[in-house]
Amino acid sequence: MNFFDNDLTTIHHQLVTKELTSYDLTQQTLAALKETDQQIGAFLTLNEEQALAAAKAVDEEGIDPDNLLAGIPIAIKDNIMTKGLRTTAASKILANFTPVYDATVMKKIYANDMIVIGKTNMDEFAMGGSTENSAFKITKNPWDTTKVPGGSSGGSAAAVAAGMVPFALGSDTGGSIRQPASFTGVVGMKPTYGRISRWGLIAFGSSLDQIGPFARNIKDNAALLNILVGKDEHDGTSVDGYPADFTANLTAGVKGMRIGLPKEYLGAGVQKEVKQAILAAADKYRELGATVDEVSLPHSKYGVAAYYIISSSEASSNLQRFDGIRYGVRSKDARNLNDVYVRSRTEGFGPEVKRRIMLGMYSLSAGYYDAYFKKATQVRTLMQQDFTNIFKDHDLILGPVAPTTAYGIGEDSDDPLTMYAGDVLSVPVNMAGLPGLSLPAGFASGLPIGMQLIGKPFAEATLYQAGYAFEQATDFHQQTPTLGGK
Amino acid sequence: MNFETTIGLEVHVELKTKSKMFSPSANEFGDTPNLNTNVIDWGYPGVLPSVNKGAVEFGMRAALALNATIAKENHFDRKNYFYPDNPKAYQITQFEQPIGHDGWVEVEGADGSMKKIGIEELHLEEDAGKNTHRGQYSYVDLNRQGTPLIEIVSKPDMASPEEAYQYLETLRQVIQFSGVSDVKMEEGSLRVDANISIRPAGKKEFGVKSELKNINSFNFLRKGLAYEEKRQAQILLSGGVVRPETRGYDENTGKTVLQRVKEGSDDYRYFPEPDIPPLHISDDWIEKVRQSIPEMPAKRRQRYVNELGLSKADAAVLTQSLEMANFFEATVKAGADPKLAANWLQGEVNAYLNAQKMDLTATKLTPEHLATMIKLITDETISSKIAKKVFKETISNGTEPKQWVEAKGLVQLSDPAKLLPIITEILDNNEKSITDFKNGKDRAVGYLVGQIMKQTRGQANPKVANKLLMQELKQR
Repeated sequence: MNFFDNDLTTIHHQLVTKELTSYDLTQQTLAALKETDQQIGAFLTLNEEQALAAAKAVDEEGIDPDNLLAGIPIAIKDNIMTKGLRTTAASKILANFTPVYDATVMKKIYANDMIVIGKTNMDEFAMGGSTENSAFKITKNPWDTTKVPGGSSGGSAAAVAAGMVPFALGSDTGGSIRQPASFTGVVGMKPTYGRISRWGLIAFGSSLDQIGPFARNIKDNAALLNILVGKDEHDGTSVDGYPADFTANLTAGVKGMRIGLPKEYLGAGVQKEVKQAILAAADKYRELGATVDEVSLPHSKYGVAAYYIISSSEASSNLQRFDGIRYGVRSKDARNLNDVYVRSRTEGFGPEVKRRIMLGMYSLSAGYYDAYFKKATQVRTLMQQDFTNIFKDHDLILGPVAPTTAYGIGEDSDDPLTMYAGDVLSVPVNMAGLPGLSLPAGFASGLPIGMQLIGKPFAEATLYQAGYAFEQATDFHQQTPTLGGK
Repeated sequence: MNFETTIGLEVHVELKTKSKMFSPSANEFGDTPNLNTNVIDWGYPGVLPSVNKGAVEFGMRAALALNATIAKENHFDRKNYFYPDNPKAYQITQFEQPIGHDGWVEVEGADGSMKKIGIEELHLEEDAGKNTHRGQYSYVDLNRQGTPLIEIVSKPDMASPEEAYQYLETLRQVIQFSGVSDVKMEEGSLRVDANISIRPAGKKEFGVKSELKNINSFNFLRKGLAYEEKRQAQILLSGGVVRPETRGYDENTGKTVLQRVKEGSDDYRYFPEPDIPPLHISDDWIEKVRQSIPEMPAKRRQRYVNELGLSKADAAVLTQSLEMANFFEATVKAGADPKLAANWLQGEVNAYLNAQKMDLTATKLTPEHLATMIKLITDETISSKIAKKVFKETISNGTEPKQWVEAKGLVQLSDPAKLLPIITEILDNNEKSITDFKNGKDRAVGYLVGQIMKQTRGQANPKVANKLLMQELKQR
């Protein structure tokens, strides 16, 4: 079983009519996945037994004909708490960690009878854009296994792109859903901050983190978002927004929509083919009846610097709990309390995580707070105002997700600043708490190019509507990578 | 050289909410270690704090009771440090914007004059867990982790250890009467740190302060501060320099001892807590909380003196604790004479509590019991002497006084027709006492009264018996 040839509606129909059981679907998914993943390396932990047991239970209970997601496999990024299923955030410090509780999104996934297939690889603690910072393995891009899948949710994106699962969850602090979606040619949504409960998401940058869905197309992505949203009493920053069925207006088109194209998003550093694909997308939208004009996000040039200060500062505090005392890995050589802290963290964290902790602690320390953390929060306010200004007379913003297509494994991983620069187009969305959708917009040398649609707060439905119109008018999303000699 | 003393106190008070500040775990003192904990208290990956509105309200109540202004826009901050009793490695506190500021309490000086002590700020935060060390092992109990706290920072307005003591006592009473905490130092629900410095009289700049920490009683605070005053004065008089230090108080020697020399300040890398949205406090909410604050001790004392006719001293003793004050008022409400109720509570009741090391609410005595008993005394049904017996029975076993008095036949003998034959008989048998009386020996009367009491097993109404006895004696 791969999910290239069978669309979700077809599978759902087969499940409802009992032509196919969820048990068989799960079994076939696992069997195909194990083979494919030898080439890709998307999964850190498989949930084989529990997945089959859950599928059996769903079969016995009967598939809800009104629930497109019932009995359908999903993969979960390894920074989301799954009770009883190892959760490592791709870090050695949590190599042996099995959660005692479920994230709120997991409760929703289970309540909707979805089948959790396994946990996917990622950059350690979601810090990175290539999944190369995983302490455990390298994940390869299904379109070209010499390339990275992007990150930090690279495992989730690759698993969907390779047809191993139809759905996956990721998390996005500065582009970690949208950029791997762009690199692997799938649809990824970073919802409005507060849209989805963060309870059970291992915190990285608490004021920026959002969980979001990966799928092969807009409609499936919207269907998954439907079940993930809502206020959660466990998360004070979660909000209700207006209740929405994100699939309801998919076919409404873009006639009359006002789309802004930020000039800063097509400037120097953006790969020629990427720029061409975005300009072509703009033309496509004009063709479909929207207006597209140039807008400006003047403060976006400070975005990367401000983002790395804020996210690293929050991370430096969030990651202090990994101290070797109550859970996770404790250094065997520790002889006293100070040893437990220093050695466990020295041995447990990878170089990128350490770099960010140092950056964050420095930015928060007395004497530097005003110049760094405080200044960055002021920049953040200005970046938010940039968006507010554009949204006064625009419905959404169009641009690339990343300046380039997927780069080679090992190519830039020794150069943090080059890696950070790749976030220039994705971090402003997190800094402003806005929803951002990444969807396929073309190819360059056989590698997918993604485009990004950015909306007003809680305007996910508008993004899906515009995304769907583009998807229907193009065939980028229908192309699939060649795998296993196929 | 004359010195002036400057003292400021930082007081931590645990709020007695049902659940913790940021987690639904029970807020209970003294349970089995780690019983009242959940994933939030353990600082598990992925957990988030949820603000306990009840704790915020208790904080507001304390702030208002201390005459502070409530901040309408609140947020929390993180204070970062590593320690095993601090599982997240940060404490959620209010660093930038305390919930209350610019409050005051009034304390009475030795000369009876009143002085206002300012309160700089009052902020909400969570308590840490508790580490204990036994042998080569250390144990962590997270039951206390996340207990709501208010930290009350005074202005450096206290000029003597006695004033600091009075401030702390007043603060304790106000907090207790506001109903937000038990303020029991022995259970850790009230903790105090003191800053003290001295300077030559009239000098503008403050001297270098030392900080007194981990003080176990109000009395030790007063003694420790008095010791510090002298210690610092001796240093300055001998030409030395006071160092900024953290010191403890040794109750055995009565001296303060060095714990740590402060060099620079710790860097806690404070920043706004991103997991908790800003907390807006509306005027309506403030007003609602203000209305819910019970009557404060100073107001009660006034009322006891003006309306119930108690002395200032009686009123002060009764308002030392909320339970005593409430018990007193309930007793008066149940019909007891206020003065007698006050006497009984300060006398027999307090003596019993001290002897048994009990709280008033833990005994079986009810205000209704005490009122009934006092009424039995005032209507002369029983004598004061019998009343003590009744009291012991009631407070130990919860027996209803009136029923017990009747059942045991302890009703006072006040009927002259019944007393007279007994008195006549005693006089007939004690010719010598009559002669002594006639010869002016008053002692004889005491002896005869004693005989009457013995004969009536203490039940004779002393007033009536005395009157009858004197009549009879004069006729002999």
